Amino acid sequence: MNGNGEQKSLVERLQFIDRRIIFLFIAVAVVLPLLFGATLKEETTPIVQELFDFIEHLPPDSRVLLSFDYGPTTAPEIQPMADAIVRHCAERDTRLYMMAIWATGHNLTGSTIEETLKPEFPGYVYGEDYINLGYKAGNQGLIRLLFDDFKRMYSTDANGTAIDEFPMMQQIKNLKNFDLIVSFGGGFPGIKEWVLYAGDPGNIPVGGGCTAVSAPLLYPYYPNQLVGILGGAKGAAEYENALITKYPAYGKKWMGGMSLMMSQAVSHVVIMLFILFGNALYFILRAQRKLETGGGE
Amino acid sequence: MKRTVPLLITFIVGAVLILAEFVPHEPFGNFGEDFSLYFDIIAVFAFLLGGGNLIRVHVTKVQRKKKDWPFSIVTLVGFLGMLAAGLLKIGNPDGIQGDVAKLGSLFNDLYMFIFTPLQASMFALLAFFVGSASYRAFRAKNLDATILLVAAFVILLGRTPFGLWLTSGLEGSLSFLQIPNLANWIMGVPNLAGQRAIMIGIALGVISMSLRLILGVERTYLGQDNE
Amino acid sequence: MAARNIAGYVVLALIVIAFAISVVLKGLLLTVGAFLTLFIFSFLYKDNPYYKFAEHLFVGVSAAYWMCMGFWGTMVPNLFGKLYPPMVGGVLPALKDNPAEFHMVIPLILGIMLLMRLSSKAGWISKWALAFIVGTTAGLNLVRYLRSDFIQQINNTALSLYVTGATGFDLGATVSNIVIFIGVMCGLIYFFFSKEHKGAFGVGARTGIIVLMVTFGASFGYTVMARISLLVGRMQFLFGDWLGMIR
Repeated sequence: MNGNGEQKSLVERLQFIDRRIIFLFIAVAVVLPLLFGATLKEETTPIVQELFDFIEHLPPDSRVLLSFDYGPTTAPEIQPMADAIVRHCAERDTRLYMMAIWATGHNLTGSTIEETLKPEFPGYVYGEDYINLGYKAGNQGLIRLLFDDFKRMYSTDANGTAIDEFPMMQQIKNLKNFDLIVSFGGGFPGIKEWVLYAGDPGNIPVGGGCTAVSAPLLYPYYPNQLVGILGGAKGAAEYENALITKYPAYGKKWMGGMSLMMSQAVSHVVIMLFILFGNALYFILRAQRKLETGGGE
Repeated sequence: MKRTVPLLITFIVGAVLILAEFVPHEPFGNFGEDFSLYFDIIAVFAFLLGGGNLIRVHVTKVQRKKKDWPFSIVTLVGFLGMLAAGLLKIGNPDGIQGDVAKLGSLFNDLYMFIFTPLQASMFALLAFFVGSASYRAFRAKNLDATILLVAAFVILLGRTPFGLWLTSGLEGSLSFLQIPNLANWIMGVPNLAGQRAIMIGIALGVISMSLRLILGVERTYLGQDNE
Repeated sequence: MAARNIAGYVVLALIVIAFAISVVLKGLLLTVGAFLTLFIFSFLYKDNPYYKFAEHLFVGVSAAYWMCMGFWGTMVPNLFGKLYPPMVGGVLPALKDNPAEFHMVIPLILGIMLLMRLSSKAGWISKWALAFIVGTTAGLNLVRYLRSDFIQQINNTALSLYVTGATGFDLGATVSNIVIFIGVMCGLIYFFFSKEHKGAFGVGARTGIIVLMVTFGASFGYTVMARISLLVGRMQFLFGDWLGMIR
């Protein structure tokens, strides 16, 4: 029954349909493409290609700081980016310095090392080619301190070994000694803080892999303050595409970003149809009510 | 005393950090580093405060048998279990000296199979609510809302292959009208402009608020006098 | 009421049976993760005790996680390890011979002051620690926001409004730069509320709103993308890792 005590029309019933039916549509739109195993390649956009090209042109032994500033909530979007960039940096034979300014990022650093870096690059030696520095609290205060004196905060690595025992840490005094900083994450603290407290004051190149929610907010920093931005799962898929184009062997690997894209595409279409359908019902109902009130005012 | 000392602390710390930006030499440079280090340490005490407050709230709930008090026991058991696993590094392959989140430790297992599913699922629920909101709430009621929805549509379509399939016929000088190209243009031009305007506005707000805090004009963080 | 109770017990029995089968086939940890995921998703049907259980468990586990990470990651090496290094010799032998830095008693005292917030009588002293936090944040933010989010953004907006490339006049880049310049100016005009939005100023403000609507539309589109990604990730876990139906 509607407000006048009359039976609800079909349009009214459809407009106020039980939201659990909508939830079911979303679930089916997400699950079906996964079950069919469909993946999608994505053309690389300039904002992603810039970061790819920067890393591609890094000379061997360049020092790349990777900051894992995300958690399980955003891992589906960001982990594929982290994997792709770690692979790319290792292909370029750069030195990888991994840290986290989010506590949850520390566990994800460990799993990236165990599941991606170690199996695919067995020649990479801990302490000479890559290092896990671990998590430190302090948000932007931490970045400010690292900018002046890196080892004041990081006196050991994540396993408790004295930092000066590692050959790759000998020349590190502060953040200005790095050739590139890449921050994975979109919340606070994240890419913005790396730009504000490291990139801009020290003229250090900063790149970012962020959630799709954060990506639009970071566009003002591109290209003068950010080398490039990978925005969401699409950004991850684009970087993977660039990686496969340059290093075709990765074409045979399962890529996390690309595996999400078909479900993304179908879900986007479903959401757009919901918006169109919902608006159509709204305008039909509005027209009906105008007719009922004799045209209204 | 209760309000004067905190105001003085805020002023001294804030002023020293600003001076350290312009005079990086001793003593301001050193003070700037030291204050940043102290800030990092105090941040951890904030985590301890959060844990302590959690215990206080939920123990009180259980003692007074408030609504849903049995679930407070679940919270306390989860808290104490995770705390023991982490502080004592139970099951850590490298023992008490190893990385707390070492693969194979109980702490890491609890992170992977309890913390991660719970946190990730909480946020995954949002997808359903976005779908529901799209159907029930997003209405093109006026010109502004219509512009918003059209921009959203171009972005949503442009980020999928369907956008290219729909407009692949537009080639040559009309290729900029292909939906993916339009989506890229929207992100890189009007979105950038709007976000930059917002960013500049926020920056001015942060600067003025920081000055007010340092100079003691803004005192709301001190609470009421009788607290 | 009785029927609801019986239905509740039936659901519980089914969950226990399914849990047991899954533990045998997939192991305890994976089963726990999958069931906790399903408990959270059960909220989509309606609020229920399984969701409440999962929610409360998350609160407790999350708080303890951050405490442990902060303790081992920062407090032990950077506070105790600097204040009195021999104290941490048993857990961080690499630091035990370092010289002591007694000034680290300052953050220790401030940290303890912060913890006094838990006391109703001594809670006022936590404001001293809070003042330090506020002062540090304000001091750090003022200069950096001024530099990166204000001055540098104005610099980034100072674009050429007549762009030429290798082949001469570049219409696309010129239009884009003009739109950026006008868009930023008009967006800022819209946020200026000290002058009435009338006349030419009003036209600028109206243009600003249009630019901002496009901005919010783009943000909405990306937000949808983000939320869907999170759900896809969870479904990959449920249908892939747990049920083995994909990949």
